[in-house]
Amino acid sequence: MKKNVWSSVVMVVLVFSLILAGCGGNSANNGNTGNTTPTPDATNEGTGAEGSTDDGDTIKVGILHSLSGTMAISEVSVKDAELMAINEINAAGGVLGKQIEVVIEDGASDWPTFAEKARKLLQQDQVATVFGGWTSASRKAMLPVFEELNGLLWYPVQYEGLESSPNIFYTGATTNQQIVPAVEWLLENRGKKFFLLGSDYVFPRTANKIIKAQLEASGGETVAEEYTPLGHTDYSTVISKIKEAKPDVVFNTLNGDSNVAFFKQLKDAGISADDLTTLSVSVAEEEIRGIGTDVLEGHLAAWNYYQTTDTPENEKFVAAYKAAYGEDRVTADPIEAGYIAVYLWAAAVEKAGTTDVDKVREAADGIEFNAPEGKVTIDGETQHIYKKVLIGEVQADGMFKTLHSTEEPVKPDPYLKGYEWASGLAEQ
Amino acid sequence: MELTAKASLQKKILLTSVYSIVVLFLLLAPTFLSDFRLSLLAKFLAFAIVAIGLDLIWGYSGILSLGHGVFFGLGAYCMGMFLKLEATGGKLPDFMSWSGLSEIPWFWKPFAHAWFALPAGILIPAALAFILGFFTFRNRIRGVYFTILTQALVIIVTTLFIGQQQYTGGTNGITGYQTIFGFSLSNQSTKTVLYLVTVVLLVAVFILCQRLVRSRSGRVLRAVRDAENRARFIGYNPSSYQLFVFCVSAGIAGLAGMLFVLHVGIISPTTMGIVPSIEIVLWVALGGRGTLIGAVIGAVLVNAAKSGLSETYPDSWLFFLGALFVIVVVFMPRGLVGLFNDIVGKLKPRMQTIMQAKGSKMKKAGSNG
Amino acid sequence: MEVQLLQLFNGISVSSILLLIALGLAITFGLMNVINMAHGEFIMIGAYSTYVTQLFFTSNIPADYFGYYFVLAILVSFAVAFIFGFVLEISLIRFLYGRPLDSLLATWGVGLVLQQLARSIFGAPNVAVQAPAWLNGGLEVMDGIILPYKRLFIIALVAVVLLAMYLFIYRSNAGRRMRAVMQNREMAACLGISTRRVDSMTFAIGSGIAGIAGCAITLLGSIGPSLGTYYIVDAFMVVVLGGVGKLIGSVFGALGIGVTGTFFEYWTNASIGKVLVFIVIIAFLQWKPKGLVTMRTRSLD
Repeated sequence: MKKNVWSSVVMVVLVFSLILAGCGGNSANNGNTGNTTPTPDATNEGTGAEGSTDDGDTIKVGILHSLSGTMAISEVSVKDAELMAINEINAAGGVLGKQIEVVIEDGASDWPTFAEKARKLLQQDQVATVFGGWTSASRKAMLPVFEELNGLLWYPVQYEGLESSPNIFYTGATTNQQIVPAVEWLLENRGKKFFLLGSDYVFPRTANKIIKAQLEASGGETVAEEYTPLGHTDYSTVISKIKEAKPDVVFNTLNGDSNVAFFKQLKDAGISADDLTTLSVSVAEEEIRGIGTDVLEGHLAAWNYYQTTDTPENEKFVAAYKAAYGEDRVTADPIEAGYIAVYLWAAAVEKAGTTDVDKVREAADGIEFNAPEGKVTIDGETQHIYKKVLIGEVQADGMFKTLHSTEEPVKPDPYLKGYEWASGLAEQ
Repeated sequence: MELTAKASLQKKILLTSVYSIVVLFLLLAPTFLSDFRLSLLAKFLAFAIVAIGLDLIWGYSGILSLGHGVFFGLGAYCMGMFLKLEATGGKLPDFMSWSGLSEIPWFWKPFAHAWFALPAGILIPAALAFILGFFTFRNRIRGVYFTILTQALVIIVTTLFIGQQQYTGGTNGITGYQTIFGFSLSNQSTKTVLYLVTVVLLVAVFILCQRLVRSRSGRVLRAVRDAENRARFIGYNPSSYQLFVFCVSAGIAGLAGMLFVLHVGIISPTTMGIVPSIEIVLWVALGGRGTLIGAVIGAVLVNAAKSGLSETYPDSWLFFLGALFVIVVVFMPRGLVGLFNDIVGKLKPRMQTIMQAKGSKMKKAGSNG
Repeated sequence: MEVQLLQLFNGISVSSILLLIALGLAITFGLMNVINMAHGEFIMIGAYSTYVTQLFFTSNIPADYFGYYFVLAILVSFAVAFIFGFVLEISLIRFLYGRPLDSLLATWGVGLVLQQLARSIFGAPNVAVQAPAWLNGGLEVMDGIILPYKRLFIIALVAVVLLAMYLFIYRSNAGRRMRAVMQNREMAACLGISTRRVDSMTFAIGSGIAGIAGCAITLLGSIGPSLGTYYIVDAFMVVVLGGVGKLIGSVFGALGIGVTGTFFEYWTNASIGKVLVFIVIIAFLQWKPKGLVTMRTRSLD
């Protein structure tokens, strides 16, 4: 009995010290310990003062991605790219002559946690801006917080459109910069019969709704539409359905891990890229590494950037990324979008002369930046950016060969106002 | 005899005063906590309510439900639908128009009215618990089997909610609220009021449950927990008691869910999934199952630790959380409250001897003077 | 008709995968009554072991022998998961016998730690395992029906594992001791069986089989830190539906869930199919609370 009590006491002390360690961190975060960047410059500078972020020698920004949970697969690399951009800017003298200091938070693949951490970054850390989010759900969860507290979020992933919040800048593609041109290209080059396959959540369902309207308007045909739950692991039945429907094209909006199972099992079922065209919008270089190039070779994807994109900026970017995080790492569209988000924000702050959200927003309009993907421009009206659209084919080395590229960056049109067939989709 | 009565009275007075101080502290929290910390605390208190609900069924009836996330989520969705309809002014919510609906579905319509939506947030979870519990307890499915059945329930409900995007908002859930009864949700004073409402409801639920567990039915429940067959042979029908407490527990979880939405501003299927359901159990385990106050303490402490740790160690906080699970279960099976009682129980004899020694001295002094 | 046949094969294939992931659980949960929520993480450990074996082969062994790596990987996966299971048992599980619900919570914590550990060691993104060449392609039984070698291989693997387990549990001395301990611990101890050792071995074997399952899954799915979470609930459903305590029950449980699930999915869609399967399981257990195959017992509880 005696021994039991004492061991329990030790345990409770341990537990409480854990809790205290956590709570201690809260106050420490007001200063700059704990989770600031590995940048020596940033950590050695004085404390970021409470109150206005313009005071002191540093400007605080937040990074909010899932570092744990199912979405960590994708989001950790984006976080790395954003940190790299910040380190580069700091090394070049910072923004407005001040170093950037980073507060990193974990969204834990849980949407209310994203909302909570966004609130924490804005209210407690008083950050000038936040880079973060991946899934639409996490963005939708953060959006009310940013609007309420008039914060600024840079969202780096292609998404389903139909949104333009004054408090968010979207550096990934909207539908008319990825899905719509991809469908156009497929109709011209690969066939009219489409099989729509997606994970059961908002982006695929909304994307497929747009695709169906577009196909109807341009003489294509939707032979079937299938959704599988997130984390679905067996695609044998779906593949049977594909065999029965005999489509020309499978338009794939599956998310994350499901792609691995789908493509592995598609190949086993004796269907290769020569027999059937698939075009994916969520499979980039990073995902290819996890699926295996032997499985994916010859399949298509639509993005705005590939590691193989031929610009001098990209050469530098890829080299720097590999130098920072390892030779075996690859860059991909969302990683690049996260990277340029930091530069675009910095440029807007320089132009505005302050980190004040309203002034930065105003200054952002028309800012141009020579990104790894080519020249991008912020469209002030929608707060998206002009991007080139690339259709790529997976090669044996896991890289993409660009089959088709738009001549000029495409103007973002999140509500698809420029398309007659889309008039019924976006009424608000 | 007299001594023990006196001691228990003393204990009662002590406990009441401690509870009053805690409640007072909670009521005064808005004056000294920052806005962000207050919103966190409000969320933790909502979690404390669901923890009380789970403790009622697990701690007092021995039935482990891994499905409380669902009841919590259903309550939250009721509140979410109400707030969403208030935000759109009765028009079609945004996610419905993306998903191809042109009209509000019939089962959404009553949720525009507070008199329907607010009770529904408690009654719908309770009704679902009734349906599942009615058959399950009657068929004497218990222990591990019941636990795994509740997990199946979680899978069913979350998959349905994700799949029926046009009705539920899919993975995004329902978010983008503006006002409640015309008061802006982003206004700090509204938030403070909502926080105070949460504190009051927590206290009310606590008192209600305390009465319940001290009542006759509460004692029968514990009898069923400790020896179900004996209770049955004495002439009680365990399944009706279990069913009753399961429904109450689900209703409380629904109430907590409604408050959660008010503080957090979003409800999505991830909040009602398997992971949150298991986390609720952890809170109760850490605080001390079978004691209502343990559930409250556990919910607040674990969540405080979780936000604190994930802020300080965003890359490695899961290690701490996982270790916490293991340590609690292995070394403190009765949780913090059990541990506290052990320590008090150990110290008491010493204290008593000291007190007695003092007492006799005083007596001497008195007789001298 | 062809499609119906193909679906039947798919159903059997899904069942075989379900059975493989559930077999380990049938031992740890079915025989030992430990709710091991970290079972999914043992599957993950098996998958990563396969990945590491592959890396070892590509860097150290001539490319000609690459095709054989998978056979070795099965053994390595078993061994690694076995060791992890053994360590877990002697350090944690042995404190939790007779407290199944507590074992659920503690092993859930262990699962979290193992996931984060995998994330720290291998990084958050998925890794790729390349299937050996001899498993690519499929057997064309008739026009339009191709049975992938990988799925046939997994079915065969399950059969082998099942046979080995049967022989071990019912035909070997160690298995006899194991059954004795699980059925009546005190009596077994009185007869001189070291129950501690039997416990550790049993748990480790259950974990090792989860490792084999992880190795097989690399052929069909993703390999990432949270891989286990996709399979854990399904595995429990198989064991509960089949009936606790008998291996043959899990076979029926897996077949039931796999085949009906596949046809539900074919007739509706994957989400609705999944919901229907779980509803059927709940309804079925109302009818037969102890599952398909029950142990006869005279005890009341």
